[in-house]
Amino acid sequence: MPELSLTVNGKKIQIDVEPSTPVLWVLRDHLNLVGTKFGCGMAQCGACTILLDNVAVRSCMLPVSAVGQRAITSIEGLSATGDHPVQEAWVEQDVAQCGYCQTGQIMSAVALLRSNPNPTDAQIDAAMSGNICRCGTYLRIRKAIHTAAKKQRTI
Amino acid sequence: MAKSYSRRNFLKVSALSGGGMLISFNLLQLSAGAQPADSEPFAPNAYIKISADGSIVLMAPNPEIGQGVKTSLPLIIAEELEVNWQTIQVELAPLHSAMGRQTAGGSGSVRGRYNELRTIGATAREMLVAAAAQTWSVPAAECTAANGEVTHTPTGKKLSYGALAATAATMPVPAKPALKDPKTFKLIGTRITDVDAKKIVTGQPLFGIDTRKEGMLFAMVSRPPAYGKTLGKVDDTAALKVQGVKKVVQIENAVAVLATSTWAAKKGRDALVVQWNDKEKLENTADHFDSFKKLLDKPSATPPARNDGDVDAAAQQAVKVLDVYYEMPALSHGQMEPLNFYANVQNGKAALYGPTQVPASVRSEVAKKLGIAEADITIASPRQGGGFGRKLMTDNGVEAALISAAAKCPVQVQWTREDDMQNDFYRPAEMWRYRAALSATELLSWHQSGIGIGRGVRGDSYIAGSIANYRAEGQGFASNTPTGWWRAPGANTLAFAAESFMDEICVALKKDPVAFRLAILQQAKQQPVGKLSYDPDKYKSVIDLVVSMSNWNSKKPGIFKGFSTWYSFGSYVAQVVEVQLVKGQPKIMKVYCAVNCGRVINLSGAENQVQGSIVDGIGHAMYPKVTFVNGAVQETNFHAYKMLRMKDAPMDIEVGFVPSEEPPTGLGEPGLPPIAPALANALFAATGKRIRKMPFAEQMG
Repeated sequence: MPELSLTVNGKKIQIDVEPSTPVLWVLRDHLNLVGTKFGCGMAQCGACTILLDNVAVRSCMLPVSAVGQRAITSIEGLSATGDHPVQEAWVEQDVAQCGYCQTGQIMSAVALLRSNPNPTDAQIDAAMSGNICRCGTYLRIRKAIHTAAKKQRTI
Repeated sequence: MAKSYSRRNFLKVSALSGGGMLISFNLLQLSAGAQPADSEPFAPNAYIKISADGSIVLMAPNPEIGQGVKTSLPLIIAEELEVNWQTIQVELAPLHSAMGRQTAGGSGSVRGRYNELRTIGATAREMLVAAAAQTWSVPAAECTAANGEVTHTPTGKKLSYGALAATAATMPVPAKPALKDPKTFKLIGTRITDVDAKKIVTGQPLFGIDTRKEGMLFAMVSRPPAYGKTLGKVDDTAALKVQGVKKVVQIENAVAVLATSTWAAKKGRDALVVQWNDKEKLENTADHFDSFKKLLDKPSATPPARNDGDVDAAAQQAVKVLDVYYEMPALSHGQMEPLNFYANVQNGKAALYGPTQVPASVRSEVAKKLGIAEADITIASPRQGGGFGRKLMTDNGVEAALISAAAKCPVQVQWTREDDMQNDFYRPAEMWRYRAALSATELLSWHQSGIGIGRGVRGDSYIAGSIANYRAEGQGFASNTPTGWWRAPGANTLAFAAESFMDEICVALKKDPVAFRLAILQQAKQQPVGKLSYDPDKYKSVIDLVVSMSNWNSKKPGIFKGFSTWYSFGSYVAQVVEVQLVKGQPKIMKVYCAVNCGRVINLSGAENQVQGSIVDGIGHAMYPKVTFVNGAVQETNFHAYKMLRMKDAPMDIEVGFVPSEEPPTGLGEPGLPPIAPALANALFAATGKRIRKMPFAEQMG
């Protein structure tokens, strides 16, 4: 198999992997970064959301060969100790119930706040509607995004 | 070498590998009178572990599926034990005979364990106090426990629990430890953040899907593509050529492909050529509903579950008769973590690890299927990405064990979403016929008749017991499409029909929906007809609270309101939904919800459960359905099986708890049943259109 060069969470790596493998499974099975979750496999639920450069993408349908030079950030690369403002806001608002979808929700929220540091409810709803939470934590997610926006403004 | 021994059947002392002593209080063994063998090694399954260095671990005995018991159960122990919540650690307990009912279901974890866990915490606290009193040669009454240490009040001397642990282990076990006066509770009733919050937001490996063990292969399974089909010829030539694929094994009615990665296993599975033979009838949802209607239009084939007075005679005196049908489709569980399970079956022993709400059932079924003694099977469950009743079925765990046994290696079986949707135990499709006889001003009779796939429908609304003429009938409908438990089973469909119909009666009689229900409850309290299966005062408590929270009696311009109330799993809930028309489309602006669930343990978790139940209930009333065509599920993934998304969630949900000194009752489910009818009633107020069929979105046009 051809060796691929990737930048994952700030580190350059070489990896032997079948090129059509979705980034989701490269992260989970080959790099043991299991914070990125499998939910649907067809970019419908957002559990697998990562950042490519600064853009939120669904990693479950993205072949690793299509990544190119873009930097991959998974939940593990967001902060060293969980102190990213969005992560802190999630804990402060005690968002999670089962918690499974939340890493994907957080990555979508991070991408939103990078492009729009002070989103309205409607902008949050639009940006976050690719992420499903069956536990129904949407109201706390909305609140946490406002909390994170405030934190980022005061940093 | 770890030295271990039992003391008085409940205490174990063993050396920690890092030095120091580890004391475990295994009190359920004591209360159950069990006699653990002296040779039993230290097992990390006690509720409380206090080590000499002062670290304290509390065990959460029941599976965590998002209902918050990994936080709320240890919280109850911590309250009585008097420890600093910020410094303790919490672990999920594996299945162990000393730990009672280790099930997540029926909203039963907190209500079933409240007294037990308080007693366990209090027992340990009293033994620590006794140890301090003995150390200082002072009366125990002069010592108080707080914040993980015991203080001798007259002198101010202190000893930490860690320092006392070894002595505490030698103290007699109090027969009846004194429980704290609830007025002195420091933790129970406050807002406590989920114990895994930090791990969740940093993506730590918490879930079954994250399991990685030495020598493990990943498996994907080819299962029947429709109900009624059975495994025929298998050609695995192409599958075995896929890079990374190691083995193909057949089990019962399925074929598993084992590989070095999930993706390789999936590619291998997709490369299998499997012939599926028609064995039974291939069923269709359309036929189910046609049959339901025909059966409901005939006299019921089964005797009524309840029959007060004479509904037929009452109908003869009616000025008006209401006669309507409600329909609910089959639903999938759609928990966000697709099913998976790890199994290692080798040399007559099995180690199982994965998502299940019923670890004891998985173990007993694996024991039966593989002929392994239960004592040779270990099972534990990690934090789970949702349950909602799906994992009350044991198929995912049993299947993994069969595959591991056949392949003779440890295996992590991973389901795709499509696997999950086609191989579920669905919320049964149901149809209900509701009839009421009305005079010009009064409700004379209530007659409900329901039918559903599988075991059939049952249950009453609170109208039963308050009205002279009442009849409830329910029947099942045989099908090879499987059904199971789905959050608030029974109640989630019955409440929709009953509370929507109640609103229809209010509209027909021109009565206020709240006043009408309060009159029913008053009647039930003062002159009950036959058996009452609820407490009218508790029903009234939540109605009164939600009326005041929502200002029910005030009109708000442009706001349309719907009301509903329901009792399930020991708890009473009343809800008001406020809908606004935005460009002609209804938008849920606010939901008010009052709950009487006894004492609230963790206010943050409780509020989250209720808000989540409401969002979940709205979503499943509005959007998804499962349709069988020739036995195959048509909604194979979330593109077709529509889940509620943030833009359609209510803008605000206000939750109020009726203050209560009573023990806690259920909370993972009771918030869900009343929301669908409250929403339907609000939509009727907004649009004049009565919605009697789920999913609502298809009815709204």
